[in-house]
This record gives sequence, structure tokens and C-alpha cells, in this order.
Amino acid sequence: MKDRNDIPAPKVNDDLLAFPLVTPLWFWLVAGALGTIVGLAVLTVFLMALVGLQILGYTNTQQWAVLITNFVFWVGISHAGVMISAILRLTQAEWRRPVTRAAEVLTVFALGTALTFPLIHTGRVWRTLYWVFPYDFTRGIWPDPRSALVWDPSAIVTYLTSSSMFVYIALIPDLAVARDRSVGWKHRFYSILAMGFRGTTRQWKLQTIAGILLSALILPVFVSVHSIVSFDFAMALQPGWHSTVFAPYFVIGAVWSGVSAVATLMALLRWAFHLQDYITPDHFDAIGRLLLVVSNAWLYFFALDVFFGIMGREEAELAMWNLRMFTWPWNVEFIIFALTGYLIPVGLMLFRKIRRNITAMLWISLLVNVGMWLERWILIVPPLSFKQPFVFQWRNWYTPQWPEFILVLGSFALVSLGVLVFSKLFPIIPLFDIKEGQVLKDELKIGRVRVPAVIRE
Amino acid sequence: MAAVATQALLGLFRDADSVAAALDRLRAANFAGHNLKVLTDTPYPEGAFGEDHEGHRLYVFPFIGATCGFSVGLLLTIGTQLAYPMVTGGKPVLSVPPIVHILYEGTMLGAILFTVLGIVFESRLPDLSGAPHDPRISEGYLGVLVTRTDGRRDVAERELRAAGAVDIITK
Repeated sequence: MKDRNDIPAPKVNDDLLAFPLVTPLWFWLVAGALGTIVGLAVLTVFLMALVGLQILGYTNTQQWAVLITNFVFWVGISHAGVMISAILRLTQAEWRRPVTRAAEVLTVFALGTALTFPLIHTGRVWRTLYWVFPYDFTRGIWPDPRSALVWDPSAIVTYLTSSSMFVYIALIPDLAVARDRSVGWKHRFYSILAMGFRGTTRQWKLQTIAGILLSALILPVFVSVHSIVSFDFAMALQPGWHSTVFAPYFVIGAVWSGVSAVATLMALLRWAFHLQDYITPDHFDAIGRLLLVVSNAWLYFFALDVFFGIMGREEAELAMWNLRMFTWPWNVEFIIFALTGYLIPVGLMLFRKIRRNITAMLWISLLVNVGMWLERWILIVPPLSFKQPFVFQWRNWYTPQWPEFILVLGSFALVSLGVLVFSKLFPIIPLFDIKEGQVLKDELKIGRVRVPAVIRE
Repeated sequence: MAAVATQALLGLFRDADSVAAALDRLRAANFAGHNLKVLTDTPYPEGAFGEDHEGHRLYVFPFIGATCGFSVGLLLTIGTQLAYPMVTGGKPVLSVPPIVHILYEGTMLGAILFTVLGIVFESRLPDLSGAPHDPRISEGYLGVLVTRTDGRRDVAERELRAAGAVDIITK
């Protein structure tokens, strides 16, 4: 990390609390626009509940499509938080400081959004509760935990609760600063949330331990969540889904798309909140290098999935891969996925100059997520396109209709709105972490150069 | 007189060295270490101010939580299945993979929730003590809080000023 700025504590507070304590006009405009899109999506969901799922493009067998793709995509994005925050905290990587909270917040909102899709997908949302939670105590009938679909809520609720708690615990010291800087209702709001945090040496010690302990506890949950999401597919006997490699393949794919989303978010935050002193090209260089490693790990598992599918010489598997890779329109989508999901981003990120170019990294990270959305789309939809035995009325091509487009748009708006409103209420970059970096930094003189150093316990 | 005896004092300092000096002086003046607290807006390395080591039991909380979560997971999987033993597709009523998944998630959720409770409890939050506080601490000043002056307020104030306190706040 070469970009080291000397920033005194009051300036850190001024810079990072500017947006939570003062509301610019653009906030209302952007929040209003995003809110309108979310509102449209909510209306669409009401319509779906009212008239049924036939307004979607479903066919006889293709009923896991855009909604489930979106579910897997947003669960994937939610893995950014733990990947960046927990792993970087555990390894005490210095460049984590401005990145952790944005990543954790992205996790919470992406996961919350992901959770809505299986519910919407059921058509009658209110009935989902019967399947997931024990019900009907008088007759003693319970849901069947042998179904992989029941494992999902247990994993996602665990991850969502843990991530939200993680964000809150790390936020407490900054809430105390916001409390000391605010007046009126904001002062009362921050006072209640800060719970009287004073910054004693005991409280800081526990904060430091909390960061490491919670990271260590959430890390296995993060691995389990996307593994269990993959079981929704892999536990079925459906060609194209029934694969033992799915769990690690899903986890690493989630990290690839999630860390890319963090890069997108960091670039947008830097631009919107003028955080040039805090988010520097060095951070993008570090994220870029991390992404290079993750992308190749993802490619390895993707290749395994293809090889295992082809090498077995099973007719249904071969037909499915033929459909995914060589049949219109999947072939075009597969090429776009290969280009945007791996070839272009990785090819560009090999160059240091590009990794340090924030505009380039913004577009590259967006491109990765276009590719990764398509990856899930290609993974989920084609296997259901085969004609099933005993199905006589056959319309094999699923075509998304207007509700699907609105719901996809609405999901992006919901996550963006969530992160925006969070940034409006709370500092999106941890104040105390930045200040700690300032306290611990030093320079060593080695020969004729001065090298940045960090003092650690 | 009890209020006077326990009256708290907060000295504000600009740097860590002065805080360490203030703690040394206050201890030399027979103020007990557990009545001296350093307040900062950022974590400093442990022992930076020569403060007393304070123990905690945070590590116990995840184990208690994990045990509770494991028990709930057991109840949800084995308990509910035995309550209504329904054979589906020839599969055993008590199948190991689903039990493992839900037990695992329950255990982790319990451990994490109790860890969070432990952090709040061990941090002594919410703090309703009403001890003096100054917003300047959030702006980079460091505070030395003498929680019990035991009728020697003037001694504590003198030692804080001698160590370089820029301001003293009383409650």
C-alpha cells in the first residue's frame, strides 16, 4: 500500500459523516427513482399473487427461471461481505479498512433481496411459511427436513442474522461518534443505537476480538450457505444439475461475483461521496489481484463441471451441454457469458495499469456480474428445456415476459436503495478503522528508501 | 456525602504519552487502577497507556450459544420427524444428511447470536452510569476517566493537569 495519506481525526469525521449528517438534493432524486422501480416490482408481485404465475413465461417444465436465477445471483453477491471482511480481518490485511463495511452492508441487502425470490417464486407467498416452519401443532404435522428446499431457509436465515449482527457490532463505535456530532432527533437516534459506547480500552479490546471471533464464526456459515443453495439443484436427479462439484463451484462463483460487486460499489462510493483520500488506486489494485486468483479458481470448477458432464457419455448430459453451448439462443448467451464472465475481465486485470484505473475497474467489475448472472441463467434454465416423458402438450422454450424484467430491475434497485439509505444513516466507511490505520502507520528507512510500515500487536 | 465521594472526573489529553503519564501519576497518588479508564475514539494497541489488564469471558458465550442452537436443531429435525413419522419415497424417517445440515446451521446461529450478546454484555453496554463524557474524544482527544475520586477530587485534578490535561470535566 503506497497511497498513505495523513488524515487527522476531525477530518476523518468531517469526510465520512458528511453524508449521514447533511442531506444533498441528489439523495432524494436517486432514492425517489430507485423507490419508484422497487414500487413497480412490488406491484408486479401483488399482481402475480392475484392472478397467478401464468403472467410469467413459464412452460410445462420450465418453472425455475429468472426468479431462481436472481435468487442464486444475489446470494452470490452477498458472499462479498464475508470474503472481503472476514478473510481480510483474520489475515489483518491493511487494505481492508475502507472496504469492510461496504462489503458487509452489500451482503445484508443482497441476501435480503435474494430471500424474496424463492418466496415470490412460490406464487402464494403466505403459504411458504407452512413449508418452512413447524405448523399445525394440534395435528402434529411438521415440514419435511429431508427436502433440500427446507435446508435453504435455515442457511440463509443464519447468514442474514449473522451478517446483520456483524454490521451492527462493528458500527457501534461509529454510532458513538455520530451521536457526539449530531443534534435533535438524530442525536437521540444515534444515542439509542450506540448504547452509551464510550471507547474505553476494554470496549476497544472487545471490538477487536469481536471482529476476529465473528469473522471466524461467519466464515464457515458463508461456505455452507452457497453449498446449500447448490444442493437445491445438485440433490435433484436432473441432468445438468446432479453434480458433486456444484457446492465448491457455487461458492467460488459467488466469491468471484461478490468481490467484483464490492469493486463496483467502492468505485461508486468514491465518486458519489468524494472519498478519494480513503479509497485509492491501491485498493483497486489489491481487489484486482484478489479477483485474478478467485477467477481462476472459479474457472477450474467450471471446467470440472463441464468435464464431468461430458466424460460420463450419458446421453441426457451430452444433450444438455450441447444445448447450453451450441444451440440457439443459448450458444450466443454462452459466448457472452464466457467473454464477460472471464475472458475480458481477466485479460484486462492482468495489467497493473488497468487494475489501478478506477473507471476501468468499475466497468470490468460490472462486466463480471453480467457474465455471472448469465452463468446462473445458463446453468438453471437449459436443463429444464428437455421434453419430459408423459408430457404431451410441449412448448419447450421459456421466454421471460415483462414481469420478469421488472423483477430483475427491481432487485437491482432494491439493493442499491438499501445501500444508499444505509449510507445516508450511517458511515459507510468505518471511522475507527481508518483512524486506527492512522495511529498504527509508520515509515521505516531502509537504505535510501522510506518504506511504509504498520505496527501490529 | 456519597455523591462527593464517588464524584467522577474526566481529563482530556492530546496525545497517548500524556495519558500514560497521567495513569502513572494517578496510581502513584493511590487511585486504584480499576477506577481509571482511558477513553479514545480509536483502538490503541493493548497496554499503550500502561492501563490495567482486564479479563473477560467472551469466549464462553459462543459455546453456550452453540449448545443451545444444536439443541434447537435437534428438536427441529429428529423431534419433529419422530413426532409424525412419515415415510417418503422409501427414505428413512431419520436421514443423516438433512439432520447434519440443520444441526450445523442451528449450532452456528446459536454461537453467533450468543457471541453478539457476549460482546454487548462484556463491553458493559448499555452504559447507563452517567459518567462524564466529552464529544471532543470523538475528535481525536484522549480522555482519562477517574470513576471514583473518594473525596480526593482536587488531588486527581492536580495530577491530571500535571500530566498535561487540556481540560477537566466533572460530573
